[in-house]
Amino acid sequence: MNNLLSIHTIRFIALILLQVLLFNNINFMGYINPMVYILFIILFPVKNNKTLFLFLSFLLGLIIDIFMDSGGINATATLVTAFIRPAVLKFSFGAVYEHQALKFNNIDFGQKITYITLLTVTHHIIYFSLEIFNTSKIILVLQNTLFSSIFTIILCVLITTIFSTKSK
Amino acid sequence: MQQIVNFILRNKITLFFLLLLCISIGLTIQSHSYHKSKFINSANSITGGIYNTSNSVSSYFNLKSENQKLQEENTRLKALIFNSKLGTKSYIDTTSFDTQYKVTEARIIKNSYALQNNVLLINKGEKDSIKADLGVISPKGIIGITDNTNSKYTSVISILNTTNKISAQLKKTNHYGSLSWNGNSPKVIQLTDIQKNAPIRVGDTITTSGRSDIFPKGVLIGIVKDFKIDITENFFEVNVILFNDMTNLEHVTIIENLDKLLIDALLNPNE
Repeated sequence: MNNLLSIHTIRFIALILLQVLLFNNINFMGYINPMVYILFIILFPVKNNKTLFLFLSFLLGLIIDIFMDSGGINATATLVTAFIRPAVLKFSFGAVYEHQALKFNNIDFGQKITYITLLTVTHHIIYFSLEIFNTSKIILVLQNTLFSSIFTIILCVLITTIFSTKSK
Repeated sequence: MQQIVNFILRNKITLFFLLLLCISIGLTIQSHSYHKSKFINSANSITGGIYNTSNSVSSYFNLKSENQKLQEENTRLKALIFNSKLGTKSYIDTTSFDTQYKVTEARIIKNSYALQNNVLLINKGEKDSIKADLGVISPKGIIGITDNTNSKYTSVISILNTTNKISAQLKKTNHYGSLSWNGNSPKVIQLTDIQKNAPIRVGDTITTSGRSDIFPKGVLIGIVKDFKIDITENFFEVNVILFNDMTNLEHVTIIENLDKLLIDALLNPNE
């Protein structure tokens, strides 16, 4: 349990630093940045306390917001993503999730992609509609969501694949 | 009463979610109005410190181009001095009381241009007597206006921020308008409310107008890319190509207008 706690603490801090110092400065094609910090929400243990999970997601978004001077955009996006995660888990994994025996290291690749894609697209749609905050620019919102989502999904899948072989 | 308590206990996660959602949406809406994000900003010692450490490493990668830029500005200023009749007396001595503008150099430690509301961070703060609402310029043109400060760091609202509005004019005549950004390209900025009878051409230089007390008159902004008449048919809408490459900034100058209080007292006698 103690080991698990320290892994998540380290992941929380490491993802914030990585996001702020590295991934926010990529600016691929001028404006496309991956938002890899949502890996924290993706990989958070299924069994854990839901209130704590919501609060930690909110805190994660708020810290990123403070770094990016973006008000509460990231906080809203991560909070909503965390809130709908149980539904996404049920949709992507079905029976395994019901029995609470889900381990992110040994799940089917297709299921993993579905799961990561759903969470990422939800997060990005909320993030960009709040960031642009203008209904007349809805095309820009969708365009940003599409490109950034592709980038984020590829990086998230890569990172989870690389790090899962090492543990257990 | 029992039922209310039961209801709260049953839906505590949803209620907690709604509470946090209200807070975060409140912060978001606040951040979309100019000068309101007082709590959520990166001008604090932790985020400032992290950005400063990161910048002290990454600034080495741009040394060559930054030196080039500073050298170009030095050459331009030297040319001004040598060609002026006043000789070497034309420099501004900021230590005497007689001057209107006080300038401070600073370094940008966090740049941002891919968002709609971009905010930069510089490594000077209240210790260096930086306040809110001072102009920030680079060797090539304007950057933005200072906003939140703490003892060591200051956040700057970039001109690439959809909430920012700066008064600007044509260099050759005094027709002025207001400069704002539509959020599309970090190279092009929009100048609106220029009177229709202004003799505007593609390639004209746009400078600050000095009508607000933030920027002095004549700070470079950019050149006219194209222009059209807006919906009201009384004003021009001009696309301006910035002289600055906003994606590559390092050394900036903060300008403080020492007569600001006097000007404000005249313009807003009631406040």
